[in-house]
Amino acid sequence: MTAVGDVVAERSVHLTRESLVRYAGASGDFNPIHYRDDVAAAVGLPGVLAHGMLTMGLAIQAIVPWLGDAGRILEYGVRFTRPVVVDPEAGAVLTIVAKVGAVEDDIARIDLTVTHGASTVLGKAQARIRLV
Amino acid sequence: MPVNPELVGRAFPPAAPYLVGREKVREFARAVFADAPQHVDPAAARALGYADVVAPPTFAIVVQELTLRQLLAEPDTGIELSRVLHAEQRFRSTRPIVAGDELTGTLSVTAVRAIGGNAMVTSETDVRDAAGEHVVTATSVLVVGEGEQ
Repeated sequence: MTAVGDVVAERSVHLTRESLVRYAGASGDFNPIHYRDDVAAAVGLPGVLAHGMLTMGLAIQAIVPWLGDAGRILEYGVRFTRPVVVDPEAGAVLTIVAKVGAVEDDIARIDLTVTHGASTVLGKAQARIRLV
Repeated sequence: MPVNPELVGRAFPPAAPYLVGREKVREFARAVFADAPQHVDPAAARALGYADVVAPPTFAIVVQELTLRQLLAEPDTGIELSRVLHAEQRFRSTRPIVAGDELTGTLSVTAVRAIGGNAMVTSETDVRDAAGEHVVTATSVLVVGEGEQ
């Protein structure tokens, strides 16, 4: 039984600069703020940032093993509220907690909380999924 | 130049079809830490009823990107890429994208709203397969700084 408030998945992901270059290549998003410190500094950023779409993309993976099939994800949306600075040496650790927000018949809303240190980096990160 | 409100309702032609390759799905899956077997192993995907490896839910961004390039190529948008921030993203799927799909994205701008000194531009890309069936709709909200006047 899936009940509102249940934590269905938790995961931590360690991002490095290599992760950002890999995502740039896979997605085609070659904005240099995601791999060049000089460009990031020139536009006033605190450092090289993870692509918002990388954070969004990896966050939803936390629930896929629990779902058993990514094809059950009907809808997934996020707001990009805080940038994730990826240190050249230490990288950045993102922690994802997935909780059941609502259940109606065979459809559930899963609320994702994605944190980097003490900050939540995605707002209203919600997926609508088929339970069966 | 402020963002042109007349972009709303403008008809954009469908972007060039995008053929989803198995190795591209594997590459994207690895990049977003999608380690479920259905994303990389055709046998695991077939066991779940799919014809080939299943793309992770955010893969549609690759197809949407082709249509956003059409928007940015318009001469009168008032959108300058260096002043654009990605504020929100959403995917609404009828079915997951699977290797072998030939996908066509069609863009529409659904809203241009002024907020403070910025503009919020909402666009929707309707993604269909070779049979014309709906696969996913990708919605982006971009915040565009107005810059120096």
